[in-house]
Amino acid sequence: MVVIENFRIALGALRANALRSSLTTLGIIIGVGAVVAVVSIVQGLQYMITSQLQGVGATYVRILPRVQFTQPGQITKPVELTWEDGLAIRSQVPEVGEITPLIFGQSMLKYRDHSYRPFAVIGANEAYQEISQQLVEHGRYVNAIDLETRRKVAVIGQTVADELGMGSDPVGKEIYVGGLPMTVIGVLEEKGRNLGFDQDDLVHVPFDTALSLFGREAGDQVQLHLQLRSTEDIEGSKDRLRRLLRRRHNLAEEQPNDFIIQTQDEILDATENVLRAVTGVVGGIVSVALLVGGIGIMNIMLVSVTERTREIGLRKAVGARKRDVLVQFLIEAVTLALAGGAVGIVFGYGLGAVAVRLIPGDLPPAHVPLWAILLAAGFSAVVGIVSGVYPAAKAATLDPIEALRYE
Amino acid sequence: MSLIELTDVHKVYQMGAEEVRALDGIDLAIEEGEYLAIMGASGSGKSTLMNLIGCLDTPSAGHYILRGTAVESLDDSQLAEIRNREIGFVFQTFNLLARTTALRNVELPLVYAGVPRRERRDLALGALEKVGLGDRIDHQPNELSGGQRQRVAIARALVNRPSILLADEPTGNLDSATSVEILELFDRLHETGNTVIMVTHETDIAAHCHRQVTLRDGRVLADQSLVAAASG
Repeated sequence: MVVIENFRIALGALRANALRSSLTTLGIIIGVGAVVAVVSIVQGLQYMITSQLQGVGATYVRILPRVQFTQPGQITKPVELTWEDGLAIRSQVPEVGEITPLIFGQSMLKYRDHSYRPFAVIGANEAYQEISQQLVEHGRYVNAIDLETRRKVAVIGQTVADELGMGSDPVGKEIYVGGLPMTVIGVLEEKGRNLGFDQDDLVHVPFDTALSLFGREAGDQVQLHLQLRSTEDIEGSKDRLRRLLRRRHNLAEEQPNDFIIQTQDEILDATENVLRAVTGVVGGIVSVALLVGGIGIMNIMLVSVTERTREIGLRKAVGARKRDVLVQFLIEAVTLALAGGAVGIVFGYGLGAVAVRLIPGDLPPAHVPLWAILLAAGFSAVVGIVSGVYPAAKAATLDPIEALRYE
Repeated sequence: MSLIELTDVHKVYQMGAEEVRALDGIDLAIEEGEYLAIMGASGSGKSTLMNLIGCLDTPSAGHYILRGTAVESLDDSQLAEIRNREIGFVFQTFNLLARTTALRNVELPLVYAGVPRRERRDLALGALEKVGLGDRIDHQPNELSGGQRQRVAIARALVNRPSILLADEPTGNLDSATSVEILELFDRLHETGNTVIMVTHETDIAAHCHRQVTLRDGRVLADQSLVAAASG
């Protein structure tokens, strides 16, 4: 029997009972829809995060202080990661190109009669711009002279400029940061929102100025961000950094690192892991939905077989073999499942588009990769086959004489 | 060699603890081109005999040779093939596929025979014209009268040029006027060379046929030629 012929017959049967068919495949529609929606959102998130990190390149490394947990009876010395460590790295680890300290704090800003508290005030040095590929739209970033001469200058984000009512060219104007008067020397390039966090709601000041703002102790726990000169032997470079810091921090053999070194690679991996976990959980939920969908199909197919008992008897009487009947009903089940899958894909695409709009941040528009669509279609087909086998077998093994007599 | 040769055919069913002897030793030979009526009361075994001749079932004992092939030794697939090629069924309740056009209904045996689409359509059109429904090919069963539906069923039975037309109370669901039309159609089909076997319990329907086999309790009670009586 021609498979295409069967498909046509199956579609005809589906259309005749459109409401019933839709309800039957609801489980599949939901399952497939969820998969498609999640995949498109995750793709978007992944794209957003990786494009952030791609900017800094594979030679990017950051070192963060690692907070130790106190064990009872153990005396812990407070964790220290300082700019002195950074200077030591700069002079003793030749693979390191640029390195900057980074500290974060909160301060109140004032301009004329406007007051505003930005998300963060960041202290860094002139290398930060190169290391993080941070561009400046108006004016300039902090430079070495600013640091040497301890100038009180600030580079602000667009949101800060707007909130303080500074107009279209804030460069050269004076603002108060935490009570200290500072001159605005530049405006950061607009970056928009990223996962609920406004990247333009920041102020950058020279590192030493930041220490004045936040107090000396802030300098005990800085982040160190750096760029290696090349991608050759990143592991080796990490190793040298680790040994240097362990020496400087007087760590004994058995003591763990009191810092964390992360390459761009590892940061990307960590993100991937989170996204993968999310996908995994959703996968679990989806499996349940597909199971429900499959049961729905099996149920309706059994009803269909019973309803069409006489028809099956007739088909056998005019020459249908067991195999022909089996294939016919199996294809009907698969068609039902695939139709549900198709609706699910469209539904999921819509769901993804809505979700992208709701998630704070400038996610790229929901994009469903081809492999996800094929996967969804494949799953639907498998569910159709598995749920259809039993009813199709029942149909195929009907005794034609009994079937023809069926009321 | 006869078209159909039934030799000492038995059919036994197990109904719980009881054994039902539906056919209890049938000997029957049917030649090509015959016009036969199988008669009998309920429980006489005429339905069982029809199912057997139509290869829907196989004998428990005995032989059934159809066009030289021993049917009793065939498997399910082979029986299906024989039904497709050699038998044209016509049922009391028509048994047409709902929501399907007359043309598609008639094409059904050809689909299982693996006939390609264009040829199928042509053959089905021919069959429908032969029964006088050339103008109704796109109608669905619910748009046709009882008589028209039975005609579609007859066209379907004919379309694959079977050896035997097997009709089970073909006018049972039709009014008297339409019944006459349908019986006359069978008469015509017999005249053009088809072998027609009609199962019925009504004598005036059986009277259209040229030979009458009467069953009782699973055995042949009488086997008379009617032509002599009609012309006499």
